[in-house]
Amino acid sequence: MEPILNIKNLTMKFGGLTALNSVDIAIKKGEIAALIGPNGAGKTTLFNCITGIYEPTEGDVQITPPGKPTDSLNGLKPNIVTERGLARTFQNIRLFHGMTVLENVMIGRHCRLKSGILGAMFKPKSQKLEEQQAVADSYEILEKIGLEQFVNEMAINLPYGAQRRLEIARALATNPFLLLLDEPAAGMNPQETKELDDLIIWLRDNENVSILLIEHDMKLVMSLSDNIHVVDYGKKIAEGTALEIKNNPIVIKAYLGDESEDA
Amino acid sequence: MITKNEIKQSFFLSMWAIILTFPLMVIKVNTIKNIVIFRWWNILYVAIGAFVASLLWNYLLRRKEEGAKKDTKDSIPIVHRLLQNQKFRLPFLATIGVIALVYPFVTPMYHTSIMISALVYVILGLGLNIVVGLAGLLDLGYVFFYAIGAYAYALLNLHFGISFWIVLPLSALLGALFGTLLGYPVLRLRGDYLAIVTLGFGEIIRIVLENWVEFSNGPRGIRNIPGPDSFGIELTQHQSVIYIYFIIIAVCLITIFFVQRLENSRIGRAWIAMRDDEIACQAMGIDKTKTKLTAFALGATWAGLAGVIFAAKTSYINPMSFTIWESITILCVVVIGGMGSAVGVIAGALVLILLPEYLRAVAEYRMLVFGALQVVVMVFKPEGLIEAVRKTYKYKKIKE
Repeated sequence: MEPILNIKNLTMKFGGLTALNSVDIAIKKGEIAALIGPNGAGKTTLFNCITGIYEPTEGDVQITPPGKPTDSLNGLKPNIVTERGLARTFQNIRLFHGMTVLENVMIGRHCRLKSGILGAMFKPKSQKLEEQQAVADSYEILEKIGLEQFVNEMAINLPYGAQRRLEIARALATNPFLLLLDEPAAGMNPQETKELDDLIIWLRDNENVSILLIEHDMKLVMSLSDNIHVVDYGKKIAEGTALEIKNNPIVIKAYLGDESEDA
Repeated sequence: MITKNEIKQSFFLSMWAIILTFPLMVIKVNTIKNIVIFRWWNILYVAIGAFVASLLWNYLLRRKEEGAKKDTKDSIPIVHRLLQNQKFRLPFLATIGVIALVYPFVTPMYHTSIMISALVYVILGLGLNIVVGLAGLLDLGYVFFYAIGAYAYALLNLHFGISFWIVLPLSALLGALFGTLLGYPVLRLRGDYLAIVTLGFGEIIRIVLENWVEFSNGPRGIRNIPGPDSFGIELTQHQSVIYIYFIIIAVCLITIFFVQRLENSRIGRAWIAMRDDEIACQAMGIDKTKTKLTAFALGATWAGLAGVIFAAKTSYINPMSFTIWESITILCVVVIGGMGSAVGVIAGALVLILLPEYLRAVAEYRMLVFGALQVVVMVFKPEGLIEAVRKTYKYKKIKE
């Protein structure tokens, strides 16, 4: 089967610095894949290249949405990438502080709605229905994620863990087939991490999305992932199941350093 | 409750005030008799004044901090509470409606006239609020679109005799058009850079109007601009002022109506998302270019409308009506009223424009009081007189 995300030979250079060096990653439908690597390895850069925030220097990012032909994402703007069905969260939470929780999720619905300026000003029936539907859909998503008690709360007033979940809810509202989660468990306590673990599996099983996540919490990564990709210094150094990665000498070296180096 | 430290601080402050104001308050030079008079008594007044003001200031600051500690949550402004409560909503709005309705009949013409000026700023403020308050684009050249509206009416009427009622909607479209045109070059800019470039645009319109004499009649301006067409009914001067008053009330209501709708629509949400986080908003599927341009265009629309009414009301316009100072005043209306809050902007416009008029009694100190008031508002209520409150949604399940 064709992978839903196929990254080929992706290279990203910032001036003289090569942040990513011909990385190849393929993600299959229904998979939970993890992207790990030491700090500064280029994980977030890779996310930014996929989602159109950076334009890669070289290489190709191809998607095959379920039931649609293969398509290239190269050079597309972030909003178009989202429209094509890739949604992401951010390492440092980026919610819209001046809005309520529900409105944050409704922003996620934005690219699936149509009403324009005149629609907003004169509110014809079609627009009213669309708006009602958006509210209902967003509420439903909040219910699924377990944030329905905060609906009309300002996003900034939410507890930390809930803010992380809200980011996922917002991304989910864009109807993605692939969710890119950038360190979703960062700063969470063990209880919250456990809930996140359940949530991610639940998302995969019930919402029909595949997941690619960057994470430093190895316990979470190992328990969740079907497939793990390891990058170091912008290069992909390993790929495999949790067990394979755990015992891979190159990965251990990347994380812990070489024994012979510091004698 | 006043601490020793505060008294000490206030004492030093009053000393400082004495030194600072010494040349102004104490020394008086009589150039005719060539003598210098020292008014030593003034030192005492300055000292006591500064001391008391400083104590008061500290006291208020302390109270504010204590207040902030106590309640962070249920601090919804009273006006919003009145508007949200179904029981009070109607009577509250009705009262305002009745006051607005009888206002021109019970007050002298002068008061109606300054109320019209204030209402022009309500429209301008609501328009700029879209750009600055909702979309977060600091626009210092908003006067551009105001001038477009005013000159559109003046020139179209002068050369082609086109009626007020035709130019009014036309100017809204013109405003939107120019908003989009000006939006294009500044798409990549934000924050301070955007402010400087728009500032430039605001100056360009004034300089063009001043120097392109064949087009705009230069600094002499355009006089004898007719008031709004009254469909053949002869109006006395007082009646025509009342006529304009009701026109502007109507335009205000239309503005409020549409701006409110825009704010709580898909587009309005996109504006706020862009203001809060540009990168996240794009990553959520919002087209940044389109969102910015609609904000500029829909903000400028209302300035165009306001310009036409301004021209019709004053019957004389020249480039000096459209200086940078005008842009700053409108920005003050938005910031002091409450960014992103329509109710706040309305309140801000009324306070900021009416207050200097009524302070004419203390003419010399008018601008001083005005400036002091702005500082006080910014220190004690940085979110504006009436802060923005987001719409709350009631959830109804849509049955399949």
